[in-house]
Amino acid sequence: MRFVQAERFDDWRETARELLCAEVPPAEVHWSAESDSLLFADELAPAAPKTIHVPPQFVALAKDVAFHRDSRRWEILYRLLWRLTHGERQLLEISTDDDVHAATQMQKAVKRDEHKMHAFVRFRRVLEGENESYVAWHRPDHLIVRLAAPFFARRFSAMQWSILTPDESVHWDGHELRYSPGVPATMAPQQDALDELWRTYYAHIFNPARVNVAQMKKEMPVRHWATLPEAQLIPELIAQAESRVRTMIDTREGFATSAQQFIPAQYDLSSLAAAAHNCTACDLHCHATQTVFGRGPATARIVLVGEQPGNQEDQQGQPFVGPAGQLLEETLTQAGLQRSELYLTNVVKHFKFILRGKRRLHQKPGSREIAACQPWLAAELKVLQPELLVCLGSTAAQAIFGRGFRLTSDRGKLITTQFAPRTLATWHPAAILRMTNEIRQQEMREQLVRDLTISAAMLA
Amino acid sequence: MEVRDKLAILADAAKYDASCASSGAKQTRAGSKLGTTEGMGICHSYTPDGRCVSLLKILLTNFCIYDCQYCVNRVSSDTPRARFTVDEVVSLTIEFYKRNYIEGLFLSSGIIQNSDYTMEQLIAVAKTLRTQQAFGGYIHLKTIPNASPLLLTEAGRWADRLSVNIELPTAGDLLQLAPEKKREQITDAMQGIAETITETKSEEQAGLHPPRFAPAGQSTQMIVGATDSPDADILQTATELYDKHQLRRVYYSAYSPIPHADARLPGKSPPLVREHRLYQADWLMRYYGFDTQELIVSPDRNLSLELDPKLAWALANRQQFPIDVNRAPRELLLRVPGFGVRNVEKMLSVRRHHQLRTEDLRKLRVAWNRARAFVITADHNPALADLDKLDLARRTQPRQRQLLLFEAAESARSGEV
Ligand code: SF4
Repeated sequence: MRFVQAERFDDWRETARELLCAEVPPAEVHWSAESDSLLFADELAPAAPKTIHVPPQFVALAKDVAFHRDSRRWEILYRLLWRLTHGERQLLEISTDDDVHAATQMQKAVKRDEHKMHAFVRFRRVLEGENESYVAWHRPDHLIVRLAAPFFARRFSAMQWSILTPDESVHWDGHELRYSPGVPATMAPQQDALDELWRTYYAHIFNPARVNVAQMKKEMPVRHWATLPEAQLIPELIAQAESRVRTMIDTREGFATSAQQFIPAQYDLSSLAAAAHNCTACDLHCHATQTVFGRGPATARIVLVGEQPGNQEDQQGQPFVGPAGQLLEETLTQAGLQRSELYLTNVVKHFKFILRGKRRLHQKPGSREIAACQPWLAAELKVLQPELLVCLGSTAAQAIFGRGFRLTSDRGKLITTQFAPRTLATWHPAAILRMTNEIRQQEMREQLVRDLTISAAMLA
Repeated sequence: MEVRDKLAILADAAKYDASCASSGAKQTRAGSKLGTTEGMGICHSYTPDGRCVSLLKILLTNFCIYDCQYCVNRVSSDTPRARFTVDEVVSLTIEFYKRNYIEGLFLSSGIIQNSDYTMEQLIAVAKTLRTQQAFGGYIHLKTIPNASPLLLTEAGRWADRLSVNIELPTAGDLLQLAPEKKREQITDAMQGIAETITETKSEEQAGLHPPRFAPAGQSTQMIVGATDSPDADILQTATELYDKHQLRRVYYSAYSPIPHADARLPGKSPPLVREHRLYQADWLMRYYGFDTQELIVSPDRNLSLELDPKLAWALANRQQFPIDVNRAPRELLLRVPGFGVRNVEKMLSVRRHHQLRTEDLRKLRVAWNRARAFVITADHNPALADLDKLDLARRTQPRQRQLLLFEAAESARSGEV
């Protein structure tokens, strides 16, 4: 029996080569790691050096296996080497062979451990005067510090960092890797201001509706938790998961009320109007006087939709009764239409304003309010089934045609939509009133009359 | 609002996003001082749902002007809202990265003002990371629907991966639930990205040095179960996306129901296992030579929820079995339930040296329970007699049924079955 020792791959390679040249069979060699070896290797009778040919995969395999903690690694590797050079050149292709299997299992374990080290090392920032460095403490399963270190050197090339482990430590100064003995965990910094932010992220990216602790533990073994700042949250997150899901459901977290839930199951125009008076789906109802619902006969073939009620509409409870309503009425007459035959309504049913002294100044509704109120308009249109739908202004046009609609380029075009076979958008009378350029104002007014005339003619 | 509060809201908003892997960009950007894109697929942590945490996955903002019915961030939702500045995202990414918490950034956003404006903000984050911080880590940008093609080209310069969400399985589904998004606009954007990727590659091969463009390719995500489109349509769409637009990955995300939502939506979510089955079928199409038509064996044009798609196919095509593991070519071995690609490669190599016996297959860690009734080995295989038994489905089923419910998350990450 020969007693030999190796700590790293290079030691093993040298010794194995000598043994092989001397034709010493595996059964006659006892391998041990340097640290636990009490015996000295026998001097081998110098044999004629010869070149040893092994498949390149073997060298790769052996290099990985060398990082395994199991002391049997050297003897398995030597046995493989012996068999490869003694008539079994194809041995590595037989993955079911016991030695091949044992070595590849070790390789797998090492690779996995390396991968986990790349993943679970957590640096903490250390400031000493002007000098900034990052320090981590990690406990790998195998002796992989030298295997894993180059990855960190590439990834954090411009940083100064150290990774401490119980077996061996490694340091990077921006130029080269330096190794030093292992140290206990207490030697590493215990905190970093960023840990708290990272825990916040961790807690919120977790979906409590899908708890799977077994899967988590399989991928992130509990023995690594001590060095992961986020892991201290795990028990709490698991404990709260069930109740968090329940409150998510109970409070309907994330889902706004929309007017949808105020709409009766069966409805006509008058029951809709009545229901809308109690709508609280968005905050507009808090300040406005009342809901201003659509007005007009249920038999109307044309529906006009504006943006929202104004000051006077809010007080009287009827759409289009203020200055804009008057202008609308004039243009309707010019176009040969009668207001009493039409149904007039708005996208948003409550007045939105800001107080300036005693005056209530009109404000454009926000997308949140438009979305909340939309179900009312949808329900009105469903009952009315108009042949022609006229959108007054861009808010109405975008509510019907979608966000991309541009009034300036698509005004006056007849388009089929889900709400009516003919739908068109034109100026809102209020926009005409606000126009300061008189020539332009006149032009817009004529365009409004023309759009209304064309559409009226379509129905005749 | 403090960065920490914003982070809470904007991570919450991103947690339903299925795509999370950092993969495919092998070469690290030249001149980087911090970060590499080697070591693809490193999971830096796992949350108690068993999912991998690889990237800082956040939204720039969850404000949105759109109202897509299946989305938590839609304008009509009253979820709490927040918005990061470009610099806040840049510094979070850098600081997290330096502590080795993450592989990089996955940035998506609700739409603010308009598509182009929003896209420009996302680009600003990626560009700042690359040019001012010399950041070489992984960046995945989710493009904004209807953003201009020029902006997509710009985004691809700085990002490793781009994604355009297909959103729903069919054009009809889109019309129904997200009328503001158009199928053609979505596929045109994908096509544009695919063409630029191809151009960039061919220029590189010609020895030129074109600017980088999305070296990790593009991916997409599809919501499953919000409409009643069957799996056959879903897989058909996926096939088109892989073939026509050269996508790297299609992610499937089970729709979760929204109380008091629009009446157009179903009140129940599809079982998670459906998501898992779709990943399995997707994988079989890409790596096992199956096509959509073959995998859909039931008349309702859905995959079976009880059986994995390969086993379901094998049971419906028993006349093709048993298969001799010592003779059958690679393509046929791949069709045996319980055999994976790696198992098959090993079998092919071992059988050149000796005949495969049942014991060898076990050592190769094939799913023997599923495979045994379908294969001939060099020794006697008693389970072969089960092939003609009617209850074969039951005999071959994995015992731990419950586990299946959770495998979807893992298959989304690795894409593997
Ligand atoms: S504006 Fe519309 S949604 Fe808001 S409370 Fe009034 S009626 Fe309801």
